Amino acid sequence: MTAKKLGLKQRYAAMTRGLDWETSYQPMDKVFPYDRFEGIKIKDWSAWEDPFRLTMDSYWKYQAEKERKLYAVLDSFAQNNGLLGLSSAKYVNAVKLFITGISPEEYQAHRGFSFAGRHLRGVGPRVAAQMQSLDELRHAQTQIHTISNYNKYFDGMHEWRHMHDRVWYLSVPKSFFDDARTAGPFEFMIAIGFAFEYVLTNLLFVPFMSGAAYNGDLATVTFGFSAQSDESRHMTLGIEVIKFLLEQHPDNLPIVQRWVDKWFWRGFKVLGLVAMMMDYMLPKRIMSWKEAWEIYFTQGGGSLFEDLGRYGLKMPKYHEVATEMADHIAHQNWAIFYQYTHAAAFHTWLPSAEEMDWLSAKYPESFDKYYRPRFELWAQMEKDGKRFYNNGLPQLCNTCQIPMGYTEPGDPTTIAFRHSIHRGERYHFCSDGCKDIFDQEPEKYAQSWLPVHQIFQGHCGGATVPDVLAYYNMNVGADNMDYQGSPDQKLWDEWQAARLRVAS
Amino acid sequence: MTAIASITLQNVDDARPIIESILADNPGARVMNMPGAVKIDCDHRLVIKRDSVEKRIGRSWTPQDIHLVLISMAGNLDEDDDYFALSWNA
Repeated sequence: MTAKKLGLKQRYAAMTRGLDWETSYQPMDKVFPYDRFEGIKIKDWSAWEDPFRLTMDSYWKYQAEKERKLYAVLDSFAQNNGLLGLSSAKYVNAVKLFITGISPEEYQAHRGFSFAGRHLRGVGPRVAAQMQSLDELRHAQTQIHTISNYNKYFDGMHEWRHMHDRVWYLSVPKSFFDDARTAGPFEFMIAIGFAFEYVLTNLLFVPFMSGAAYNGDLATVTFGFSAQSDESRHMTLGIEVIKFLLEQHPDNLPIVQRWVDKWFWRGFKVLGLVAMMMDYMLPKRIMSWKEAWEIYFTQGGGSLFEDLGRYGLKMPKYHEVATEMADHIAHQNWAIFYQYTHAAAFHTWLPSAEEMDWLSAKYPESFDKYYRPRFELWAQMEKDGKRFYNNGLPQLCNTCQIPMGYTEPGDPTTIAFRHSIHRGERYHFCSDGCKDIFDQEPEKYAQSWLPVHQIFQGHCGGATVPDVLAYYNMNVGADNMDYQGSPDQKLWDEWQAARLRVAS
Repeated sequence: MTAIASITLQNVDDARPIIESILADNPGARVMNMPGAVKIDCDHRLVIKRDSVEKRIGRSWTPQDIHLVLISMAGNLDEDDDYFALSWNA
């Protein structure tokens, strides 16, 4: 007699349920010591539903297939001098920011999900978190493999791991993940699984990766989209976590809302780096940060929060401020890096006249009025041999760790300053969102490792800029400064000249 | 605001019959082409049907094969042997 073949839903239940057990010689609370202190109440772990019913055997099958495809492309790209097909070597600077600022966070996500996968009491979320942990490790590895090919030719990538733990702007994404990983397992799941993966990573992996394709970087777009197919699974995990927590107990709502508010704001600030990559670092652009924000946050996030409204969950606090900032954040960030180009491990440049026209068209409310005059002044100063460098060290926001260069909501000509007093010390913030996060957990954020403070305290190699750059292991004169006059530019121009010689 | 269910697939050969089937099976679906990627939006609900894809490729296909070409999606997912659906309740 042959048994009737099980359907996907039954098959999945058979493969994933009833695999755990109640411990007998140790109390469950000792085996799972971290899933109670955050105040989240779970009545029934078995109510967890995995939307993607991917069993381990299919997981390995699909992941293996994705890896084979990806590595075929990477090999081919390296073997056939794919680098020559890039739109410009300027593009590579976005890749530098990726390997130093994003790939290490994939690894942090791997560790975070390993932790959540160990410490959540229910078997469903535990399996899902473990799969995601493996995915994140795969992302870190494939990105390192892909970008290692660029490192053979271009500067700024040779010390990505060392720099990630030390360089001032890399503390922005690093502290974001440190913050998430030092929270409890539920907050981590909301922070990374929901706020980051569901609400925000589309902005990084869809339009930016499409931009990579458009700029001839077929290696990066391939790892990007290969990773993103995992992200789709992660997004469904993120939304499931939210629904599960909100369905389990009404007391969970205020806790979850606070986490959603916090991690939306934290994520929005981190993604300001991506805003700048899209608007300034892609030589050929596909859409502006503002357009991407409109599609993925206003429309996509709007649909999501409308759906979650039935549980009483509201749009994240200060989302209007973030949407208003979509008109400004890329310009303000690029201006910060331009001023501190001597301390950055990638090259900067001023937008060309044609690029400024594109920015004017994409940002009719803000670019010509607030940013074009500044870039034109700096261009004139360059012409006069007085390229502007900011030689002071910036004040940093104690929460997001970004230099305090952002402006007041509704007033793009005034820099926003907020502060709080905690145990007699004054802490500074760039925004109400960042101040609220501190005020909620001052004991945590009073311990922030702020790069500028650390330099002044003598923990970063010495008191001068060259001392600090040596501590960063920066190859001064190659990794930093403007693209114009860099070894990268020289190499690229030689490649282009060789092509022209062959063609003529 | 109308809730939009959405899926983004790689613009590759393996994905084209899936894209075609989505457009055939979801009246009102809108396509946004980006380099390397195709985003399809549909108000409230979007469904991919196994038989519709199989008819186009002339061999058996399971909705889980979508993992090989999937980039992103929006909506609550409901997946079974014969379909892959994204929808918003609101």
